[in-house]
Amino acid sequence: MKYEEAIKKYDPVIGIEVHVELGTATKMFDAAPNTFGGGPNSNITPTSLGLPGSLPVVNEKGVEYAIKIGLAMGCEIAETCRFARKNYFYPDVPKDFQTSQSDEPIAAEGQVEVELEDGTLVTVPVERAHMEEDAGKNTHIGGATGRIHGADHSLVDYNRAGVPLVEIVTHPITGTGERAPEVAAAYVRTLRDIFRALGVSEARMEQGNVRADVNVSLRESPEAPLGTRTETKNVNSFRSIERAVRFEIARQATRLEAGVSIVQETRHFHEDTGETTSGRPKSDADDYRYFPEPDLVPLTPSREWVEELRASLPELPAQKRRRLIAEWSFSDLEMRDIVNAGLLEAIEDTVSAGAKPAAARKWWTGEVARLANQEDKHPTELVTPAQIASLTGLIDEGKLNDKLAKDVLSGVVAGEGEPAEVMSARGLEIVEDTGALEAAVDEAIAANPDVVEKIKGGKMQAIGALMGPIMKATRGQADAGKAKDLILAKLGG
Amino acid sequence: MTESSAITPEQVEHLASLSRIAMGEDELNALAGDLTTILKNVARVNEVAGDDVPATSHPIALTNVLRPDVVGETLTSEQALASAPAAADDKFLVPQILGEE
Amino acid sequence: MSELTSKSALELAAGLKSGEFSSVDVTRAHLDRIHATEEDFHSFITVTDELALETAQAVDAQRAAGAEVHALAGVPVALKDLVVTEGVRTTAGSKMLENWVPPYESTVHKKVKAAGLPVLGKTNLDEFAMGSTTEHSAFGDTRNPWNLEHVPGGSSGGAAAALAGFQAPLSVGTDTGGSVRQPAAFTGTVGVKPTYGSISRFGIIAMASSLDQVGPMGRSVADAAALHELLAGHDPLDSTSLPDEVAGFLSAAQTSDLKGKKLGVIKQLRGEGYQDGVRDAFSAALETAAAAGAEIVEVDCPAISYALDAYYLIMPSEVSSNLARYDGMRYGLRVEPESGPVTAETVMAATRAAGFGSEAKRRIILGTYALSAGYYDAYYGSAQKIRTLVQNDFAKAFESCDVLVSPTAPTTALKFGAEADADPMALYLGDVATIPANLAGIPGLSLPAGLADGLPVGFQILAPAREDVKLYEVAGPLEAALESAGGRVLDTLAEGLRK
Ligand SMILES: [Mg+2]
Ligand SMILES: [Zn+2]
Repeated sequence: MKYEEAIKKYDPVIGIEVHVELGTATKMFDAAPNTFGGGPNSNITPTSLGLPGSLPVVNEKGVEYAIKIGLAMGCEIAETCRFARKNYFYPDVPKDFQTSQSDEPIAAEGQVEVELEDGTLVTVPVERAHMEEDAGKNTHIGGATGRIHGADHSLVDYNRAGVPLVEIVTHPITGTGERAPEVAAAYVRTLRDIFRALGVSEARMEQGNVRADVNVSLRESPEAPLGTRTETKNVNSFRSIERAVRFEIARQATRLEAGVSIVQETRHFHEDTGETTSGRPKSDADDYRYFPEPDLVPLTPSREWVEELRASLPELPAQKRRRLIAEWSFSDLEMRDIVNAGLLEAIEDTVSAGAKPAAARKWWTGEVARLANQEDKHPTELVTPAQIASLTGLIDEGKLNDKLAKDVLSGVVAGEGEPAEVMSARGLEIVEDTGALEAAVDEAIAANPDVVEKIKGGKMQAIGALMGPIMKATRGQADAGKAKDLILAKLGG
Repeated sequence: MTESSAITPEQVEHLASLSRIAMGEDELNALAGDLTTILKNVARVNEVAGDDVPATSHPIALTNVLRPDVVGETLTSEQALASAPAAADDKFLVPQILGEE
Repeated sequence: MSELTSKSALELAAGLKSGEFSSVDVTRAHLDRIHATEEDFHSFITVTDELALETAQAVDAQRAAGAEVHALAGVPVALKDLVVTEGVRTTAGSKMLENWVPPYESTVHKKVKAAGLPVLGKTNLDEFAMGSTTEHSAFGDTRNPWNLEHVPGGSSGGAAAALAGFQAPLSVGTDTGGSVRQPAAFTGTVGVKPTYGSISRFGIIAMASSLDQVGPMGRSVADAAALHELLAGHDPLDSTSLPDEVAGFLSAAQTSDLKGKKLGVIKQLRGEGYQDGVRDAFSAALETAAAAGAEIVEVDCPAISYALDAYYLIMPSEVSSNLARYDGMRYGLRVEPESGPVTAETVMAATRAAGFGSEAKRRIILGTYALSAGYYDAYYGSAQKIRTLVQNDFAKAFESCDVLVSPTAPTTALKFGAEADADPMALYLGDVATIPANLAGIPGLSLPAGLADGLPVGFQILAPAREDVKLYEVAGPLEAALESAGGRVLDTLAEGLRK
């Protein structure tokens, strides 16, 4: 069954679990560095490796970041909470239990406002955010595809084991209808932006800093009880999230139509085909035997601390976007392009350095982006907001036109100096000297009698034919408006 | 615990699989008996403490023991791998993992 | 037995300080004694002659150079093989860790090394400290120096036997449900379970995290107090480590007297199930205490009757989780299944089947059951509530007395194999008097109180949490009173051993 058909017959309910790796200096429960790089199994302590006798101690920064994330989603921060052990055997889990939080998360009951492409706002209800630790990394050797199946053995690197994670779990998200796939992706994108704004994580999807598990179920109608759900694990790009939800809706609908029930199971998403395949069914193996972690004592974040952190929260991306759209008079689409290009901050800084918002947007998303693209860099790596602001300032003062300004920009990018310096060094300033301009105009008139005739005959657009030679003679620095005025004056028009 | 809730060898088999211990039939049977005896004795804990009694997970009530986010001493990969049953490329070599992608 | 091995730790410390003998002399004497008697006692899993002598030489050199050293510097010590020692094999008494050489240091060993105590070796124990006889060691039984037919108790059986056998003047044990106090009782030595969190657990191989505590052991109260002072103190690597100041244990042991001290006899811990000789020795000790000026009162701790039940749910639950890491993936034993596919899962299962002994397996399975979905509230959850009740009972009891007292164990040391026929619960009953302190986190101490049928009887003292000093305020003068009344218990053994 096609998605379009499926969505007409069934009401989708989605639920999303997002894991974000916190950007702390050390791991959640030990003093090993929380960094990539270095050889395998080098960023570890006895605790990261689960050696006999090793013990955990909670990273204060990890708690602070978790509280900030909770506050940013409007959650209640627990007055007291504990860590728990989630017991399961897996080679990349050093202690064969994960230190997590079960019924006592640090943050509970919040919401995230998500904006879709067309500006529609959807409120996603958040059940909880809790702290936990990451596992190590397996590399599967000997299988044809590097996947687990068919591998002879695996190699385990525990550098990632113990890296602080916050897991954010939504309540069932209902009422999204056909936009469920879009909402899922937009929600994760919104979280990503929040993490970055809070400075708690680099939140790079492609690095696995942010990972999403997507739950999907269908029901006959919004009034019907929730259907059996599947959980598609580790979907790691916005596009994949959208595709995975879409695929699951269509797949489940096809089954239901054929009278086959949905199996509650974990599923895997395949980037190449856009399909999900069955992982393992939920079973007794999911009896995690949670109990309070006896090696860690309860956490009772003081209300003063929580309020201090609340007061320190930066303006969140959604709020900020709405404020700037109003202040700058941009369209939603323009704003979205800016955000997607990662240029919001640069434009903001350019504006506060004195540029007009429209000009700042135009230069950053236009010429600077083009040059950056050529060099395979991000625009902000080429020039600073201050430089763009002074460039647009020179245009406003009439010292540069757009064409000259592009030359100046290339000089700035090439490291020749600040815009004003490049302008004078390259001799690009618009010629104010009417003598030189007059001479060029006279020369052009004398050299093109036929054009002059046309102009005299009222064909004003023929003036353009004189502009080429004038610009050439003045090396492009002529003010086109002034030149036109002069021509008309000289031809007695 | 009521008499009907004696632990069966099948239950022990499930527990053994949850705790990743391979067990033969004799062992399962013996443990089923042991567990039944022990649980019969200890099950009364359920009757003593009511809902009004808080649970004590830690004998001494400390809270908020936190560590500053400062990097400390680490093991070298040589140290980490010195006791590994098998290793390759500075990583722990483990048998094939089934059931997960 | 030499002159040097029969001295107490504090006597050795004094002789080292005055230059009467050197640490090398002392250490060598103990190593010689170990090698001469290990065939009988088997207190040790690993003897570390070279390391011990190296430390001894270093301390002697420091002393010769006039350097300031710790009061116990140069006095040898034995460590239970549950204490991680960097570079020295640490087995936990399990086949699982038969060849494991830790790449890091425990806080306990760090402190011992920093103070310059030569480590004679790693003492035998029940596998992962699970047992009360040391019969559950993968490295053979330890025998009770009082009578080789009898167990030394456990799980710190090796630690206790090393003291009683005059192989070591000081021992470090661990106590989760009585594992220091009960073997001390069985061997006529002194064992202390400090307040939970008094001594760092960092580098102590975990059995049941919320109950485990390192315990100093010696042949006298003062020796144990001195070792307790050395080992205790805050450790930022252990989240449950107490921030409390540590001082005064030794002076309390040496200078206190019993006048006006109120000893509360726990009603629930002196009746049924106690061996006659144990009851008699306990009563006699109470009379001695009273004669020395102590006031004896009886106190009621009803929740204690449920403590054993709660313990046998909480302990195995934590064990099942703590022992999960022994899966053959990162360190220790790895065993492949004899048939069928070789996968991570089957290798883990085969490894754990081969690496754990029967008692470890029994506790893991029991704990897995108690924590599993549907049973958690009835078992683990309820047991944690009992813990609250036990704590409340103790708190109330301490309102009417300074310390609580009871026999340490219902019997004297059992014969080997005695537990084989018993049902598991009957066996666990031996811990009935020691377990409540672990559940409540309070400190306890066992000291010898005479003999019953030729074997030592232990007298247990319990104090309020974080007031470990009270143990010594009573144990010190009580030990003196008992010795002047009936002689030193260990002297009887020493005489026997000399023959
Ligand atoms: Mg998940
Ligand atoms: Zn998680």
